[in-house]
Amino acid sequence: MTIRLASIIVGLALTAVLVLWSLAPGLLNFALPEDPPYYAYQEENIQPAGGFVFEGPLGTWDEQQLQRGYQVYKEVCSACHSLKYVAFRNLEQLGYNEAEVRAEAANWNVPGIDPLTGEATTRPATPTDYFPSPYPNDVAARAANNNAIPPDLSLMTKARKDGTHYVYSLLLGYNEPDPEDVAKSPDFETPAGLYFNEYFYNINIAMPPQLYPDLITYSDGTEATPEQMAEDVTAFLTWTAEPSLVERKQTGWFVIGFLFFATILAFLSYKQVWAGLKPKKT
Amino acid sequence: MSFAWAKQYEPKSAFTKWVDEKLPVPRLVYNAVGAGYPVPRNLNYMWNFGVLAGFCLVLQIVTGVVLAMHYAANTEVAFGTVEHIMRNVNYGWMMRYAHANGASFFFIVIYLHIFRGLFYSSYKAPREMIWLLGVVIFLLLMATAFMGYVLPWGQMSFWGAKVITGLFGAIPFIGEPLQIWLVGGYAPDNAALNRFFSLHFLLPFVTAGVVILHIWALHIPGSSNPTGVEVKKESDTVPFHPYYTAKDGFGLGIFLILFTFMVFFLPNTLGHPDNYVEANPLSTPALIVPEWYFYPFYAILRAFTGDLTIPFTGIVLIEAKLLGVIAMFGSILVWFFLPWLDKSPVRSGHYRPLFNKFFWLGLMPCMGALFYLGGAKPEEPYIVLSQIFTAYYFLHFLVILPIISQIEVPKPLPFSITEAVLGSDDKPGSSTGGGTHPKPKDAVKDLPGRDPDGSLQPAE
Repeated sequence: MTIRLASIIVGLALTAVLVLWSLAPGLLNFALPEDPPYYAYQEENIQPAGGFVFEGPLGTWDEQQLQRGYQVYKEVCSACHSLKYVAFRNLEQLGYNEAEVRAEAANWNVPGIDPLTGEATTRPATPTDYFPSPYPNDVAARAANNNAIPPDLSLMTKARKDGTHYVYSLLLGYNEPDPEDVAKSPDFETPAGLYFNEYFYNINIAMPPQLYPDLITYSDGTEATPEQMAEDVTAFLTWTAEPSLVERKQTGWFVIGFLFFATILAFLSYKQVWAGLKPKKT
Repeated sequence: MSFAWAKQYEPKSAFTKWVDEKLPVPRLVYNAVGAGYPVPRNLNYMWNFGVLAGFCLVLQIVTGVVLAMHYAANTEVAFGTVEHIMRNVNYGWMMRYAHANGASFFFIVIYLHIFRGLFYSSYKAPREMIWLLGVVIFLLLMATAFMGYVLPWGQMSFWGAKVITGLFGAIPFIGEPLQIWLVGGYAPDNAALNRFFSLHFLLPFVTAGVVILHIWALHIPGSSNPTGVEVKKESDTVPFHPYYTAKDGFGLGIFLILFTFMVFFLPNTLGHPDNYVEANPLSTPALIVPEWYFYPFYAILRAFTGDLTIPFTGIVLIEAKLLGVIAMFGSILVWFFLPWLDKSPVRSGHYRPLFNKFFWLGLMPCMGALFYLGGAKPEEPYIVLSQIFTAYYFLHFLVILPIISQIEVPKPLPFSITEAVLGSDDKPGSSTGGGTHPKPKDAVKDLPGRDPDGSLQPAE
């Protein structure tokens, strides 16, 4: 009895503290959050017509698309963005053979040591090397980019909410601001050196628009529209973030198929074991 | 074991006889989860979650040990070694996704196990010790899961660690030195990561030890059951094996289908994208939240927004932060007192009309709301809502439960488990539970804490 009385007292005291000192002042000043006076970013991302081929439980990589996406990364993105968790040997997954990967790696220079003098130098990359960073350090990256560090892209599609669609939307999101929304948010402006992008949470992004028609010449002859390049490079970056994506889903089908079979057997044996105990229906 | 009619282990071959004399481990298993453990025949699917929780612990230890072979606890490389596991280790992605989602599923199973115990009052005499050990296991799991989430050293790892270890700073006088001592510095860094890794590896084995005590304590009174009426005679029980091994096998199959679906098709859904960004002490994420399974307690922590002051003087008695910390730990510590707060002699919620209403219309919606509010932005109306539901949470356990256990008129209980299952007792052929071995007639060995008639009937 004592313990229950004590508990009721403690419970009422704690609730009183919560209600009188936290809830009541909160209710007195209760204000629902108003629509923010700033230009709100677009949370709903866009996607290419028909979606990406690797999406959905049955989606697979399109090697041609990944190779085109790699070309976009190499000729456009890699000027500022690193890809530090991806090695050249991983490119074999894109459908290149070993000799092609070796040749491709040799096109890139990575930091090395001169074998004669021991001085820091650069050497052509080998398949075991990882993609080099375009800047020697963060200070250099900031200095070259208006005080913004271009983030590493290895994990970008997993490091943002709805990442794959977000990257695609961001690349194509350099539109004109909506005049109505601008009128509603008096503080809105795009400072010099930044660019309006409605999918970026800050609205103004340090990265300039990159994709212009025929910026690159695809080696497989595909027409290089901005939408095409954005889709291809987004597919490539989804692969860099999750190289095991397709293998994972294919393994999943096998595992779940097996488990369904095993669970049906388990259910039948459960019914069999318990059959003798069921009440007789009369 | 508890019941006189429990089957006895009889080694058959010369080898098993030899082992049984030297170290009777097979006998122990036989009595613990084999045919030697008589279990009430009327357990529903909510009784599957104990075995599933044990499975989760083994799953986490096995995947975790493999991950530890490829991981390095150093702030310089930790994030990179996790990516190494994801990309270069054979099936490393599967191990890591199984471990990360395994933690989530462990908590799903544990929460269902706990709320089953709350609804059927499994914490009541003679099972208080099982419940107390269970709360200890839950606290160990929370500590282990928290430290495990820090190990990848992503943004949410770092900032989550900073927020949670910062809670110790709220303790008066000793708070700040205590926090610095626990973290090994002013903010989580290499020292913190190393000790978290060490403890994250150790605590699951401590948990396994407490689990053994939990099961040991269970085997003294035997399992509870959905009617809450104690076992009276042999026809009330069936041997654990094969009856409940078969049922648990089916439950395990369903669990594994759901679990592998998440691992192979939605592995990052329960995680947070920010944790794929390496920890950066100079860049605070827009919203710091723990993993989803801590949301109710995080909501309780954030519910206290005002300092406890003496009105009109401005003298602060207890700071809001400390109130939140007390409430958060108190919200779990209150479970330790449950067996003595709820004195109704009836166990099952099915026979307690008032309790039933407060459970389904009070506690369950309250927990659901706290789960939602813990992950919401710290703005209105979420703050006011989390304060209301936090208040209800404490009122439910500390005030409502003791009062209804005093004033409630329970429904009539069935005479026995057999009657509850078959409609009437002593039908010919109803006593199938024990199998074919010779039966001691309707004998119940007296258990500590049990009424002489073998059950806890309500006073009518």
